[in-house]
Amino acid sequence: MKLTLRVWRQKNADADGAMSTYEVDGVSPDMSFLEMLDVLNEQLILSGEEPVAFDHDCREGICGACSLVINGEPHGPERTTTCQLHMRSFKDGDTIDIEPWRAAAFPVVKDLVVDRSAFDRIIQAGGYITAPTGSAPEAHATPVPKADADYAFEHAECIGCGACVAACPNGAAMLFTSAKINHLNVLPQGAPERETRVLDMVAQMDAEGFGGCTLTGECATACPKGIPLTSITHMNKEWLRATRKVAKR
Amino acid sequence: MTSYADYTTGEPIADTKAPSGPIHERWDKRRFEAKLVNPANRRKKTVIIVGTGLAGGSAGATLAEQGYHVIQFCYQDSPRRAHSIAAQGGINAAKNYRNDGDSIHRLFYDTVKGGDFRSRESNVHRLAQISVEIIDQCVAQGVPFAREYGGLLDTRSFGGVQVSRTFYARGQTGQQLLLGAYQALSRQIAAGNVEMHPRTEMLDLIVVDGRARGIVARDLITGTISTYFADAVVLASGGYGNVFYLSTNAMNSNATAIWRAHRRGAYFANPCFTQIHPTCIPRTGDHQSKLTLMSESLRNDGRIWVPKAKGDTRPPNEIPEDERDYYLERIYPSFGNLVPRDIASRAAKNVCDEGRGVGPGGQGVYLDFADAIKRMGRKKVEEKYGNLFDMYERITAENPYEVPMRIYPAVHYTMGGLWVDYDLQTTIPGLFAIGEANFSDHGANRLGASALMQGLADGYFVLPATINDYLARHPRNEPVRPDHPVVREVLAETEDRLARLLSADGDRTPDSFHRELGELMWEYCGMARNEQGLRKALERIPQIREEFWRRIKVPGSGEELNQSLEKANRIVDYLELAELMCLDALHRTESCGGHFREESQTPDGEAARKDEEFSYAAAWEFTGTGQAPVLHKEDLVFEYVHPTQRSYA
Repeated sequence: MKLTLRVWRQKNADADGAMSTYEVDGVSPDMSFLEMLDVLNEQLILSGEEPVAFDHDCREGICGACSLVINGEPHGPERTTTCQLHMRSFKDGDTIDIEPWRAAAFPVVKDLVVDRSAFDRIIQAGGYITAPTGSAPEAHATPVPKADADYAFEHAECIGCGACVAACPNGAAMLFTSAKINHLNVLPQGAPERETRVLDMVAQMDAEGFGGCTLTGECATACPKGIPLTSITHMNKEWLRATRKVAKR
Repeated sequence: MTSYADYTTGEPIADTKAPSGPIHERWDKRRFEAKLVNPANRRKKTVIIVGTGLAGGSAGATLAEQGYHVIQFCYQDSPRRAHSIAAQGGINAAKNYRNDGDSIHRLFYDTVKGGDFRSRESNVHRLAQISVEIIDQCVAQGVPFAREYGGLLDTRSFGGVQVSRTFYARGQTGQQLLLGAYQALSRQIAAGNVEMHPRTEMLDLIVVDGRARGIVARDLITGTISTYFADAVVLASGGYGNVFYLSTNAMNSNATAIWRAHRRGAYFANPCFTQIHPTCIPRTGDHQSKLTLMSESLRNDGRIWVPKAKGDTRPPNEIPEDERDYYLERIYPSFGNLVPRDIASRAAKNVCDEGRGVGPGGQGVYLDFADAIKRMGRKKVEEKYGNLFDMYERITAENPYEVPMRIYPAVHYTMGGLWVDYDLQTTIPGLFAIGEANFSDHGANRLGASALMQGLADGYFVLPATINDYLARHPRNEPVRPDHPVVREVLAETEDRLARLLSADGDRTPDSFHRELGELMWEYCGMARNEQGLRKALERIPQIREEFWRRIKVPGSGEELNQSLEKANRIVDYLELAELMCLDALHRTESCGGHFREESQTPDGEAARKDEEFSYAAAWEFTGTGQAPVLHKEDLVFEYVHPTQRSYA
């Protein structure tokens, strides 16, 4: 396959960026999208140009590093991560637009690389259970109903890639934040910090400059791990519950 | 001039710090004898940790909880992305929740035997003891392990063992365990006890007056090279499987931290012990950038086969039952498809070498679920393996419910690593290595679901106990002055190396060298090795190295995000490490575990171990690039599990 790529190039955080056009030939349908970019970069290096910078690491859909907006969609046309997208989803002669995550709270670092450290700070605000090493009781001391364990797992699957934020017209981080809150709040081990967790994480999310949620649902559509939109409504309930409970104290 | 292969043998390693006495009392004894640091003094002590995977993440959180000041580094944009996250299968623990005869001693026994009698008994026993606490710790953190309807934890059995002791979280156990450690670490970052440096890569180690006192690291965004100082340095930077270019490792996983430490005096043990995982998705062409593992749990229900006839190109469903060779079931009737990884991998290579491989290039074998679907029904198979089947289909565009999967072995894990004593301290005082970065515990072959166990055992429990002793014995450390001659020298060497890479302005890309080295290693230091091939590789590697420095092309500058520069700099170290791996493989003229020497096999083609000659860990001392290293042997003594020839027939 022969493709035309229009790629966002930006020297650094302070520089202006622009779309640049490149041709790539000899693309196999079995290549992953990132392997296609590897081919482009090999070409660029040999012609003395700087290769396109992009984040990637595990290339098996679990680390959450890769983060490209492809033809306007985070992670492209399939419901998966960019690294698991294959060129068989495209046709010979296609023109493909490749951009970084677009969100105020994710500033561009270079080309297609953005700064997602805001996510780390949301977790630092309360996305954990306080259980210092050595303090744990025997694992079977607290049985967890299977339904709750499954619910926790379903939300714990989030890979922190940020596609939800990139897809959201408001640049909101509600899906990411709610996934962690629901994972921990449903478990008996997470109960003691249930209120502070949701209040502190939501406050941090707001402080980072993410937008508000208008329940358009783009986030859940873009999520490669299928975190459901109900995650957000459950978080809202948790937040209301916590607000009332704290007010009573 | 003496050649690299003319290594000399130095003093054996006499003291591993492992306590004596009954094996089950040794860890208690060591913890009791270890000196402690007064809680009030801990905050005056700084520890550097490189890496935030299961080992590094858990160590950082735990040391900070104890009151130490931790400075931690990872090359990823967030500590949550370390490659432990990709581990699928599970984590072993001797809980005996199934009442199926498991015990700490059995996990210890299985691990020593699985490692083909090339690990240190004291360490492995400690690992089995701690395995139980790890599950408790992770559950307390909220790790959502699979559970039964009654609310208790579920377990499954995993390659090479006959009890059900593997705890799991669907096919994403590594992810869930890592997020648990990451969250504990995040709590300590928020509390100000851990100073976290993401997107920062360690480029060298600073050793002052014989002790590890700091590192040189590069900020990958700005390109700034800085020095960081501490009372002790911990490397938790993972394995070196990416020497092979194609592996199941993450693209940026690298050996620079451990190799630079080796160059500064830390011995490197058993570098040739690499694990080739039998169930990976075969490569599709030269563009391939990495290989994807399919969890070994698939071998519980899938049946592995190839056509009986050479060059049979019919689609699998047109090959009748009696023209198929279920070769693992045929050769190993009692373990069948569940033989350990090294055996399954070699058997796959053998049938492909015979010309009976399937798929493009004949580099694959079938893993067939037709019988499992018939037996359990499609729904049950979907419940058990659904996410793995989806992943397979996404990558290959083939539906494994209808056509058998194609699999082929790929480099997955490295048992070798920095030599460490019982305290996980390297031969440089004050430098510790934990997780896959060290060589301990797995011997010549790692059992499934044991890597997660070891990473967390080292990070949550072992290091936090043993590092106290070191820090307590060195209560007053003079601060290292940034203008100390050693610091200036290390910094200058690092800057020179990067400048050389940037100014070479040749005509070959970093990836082209990496791919060439990887192919050479896969060919001659892969699943099966022989003297001729290894000598050829040893001749070729210095030539590639010379060509690398002459022809490398790295665009851009050092004062910005420059991914080509990062790659090229990692390849510099692979080009030296590869040589040591080949030499280690050459010197070990026995077959054991993941290391199969063609000259050392039984009449029926099985690996033949030579205990009289090779019952030792080979710890290599660096003497200079391309210069013959010095071999130090650590004799392995087996008091509890007596070496037998492994038999899985």
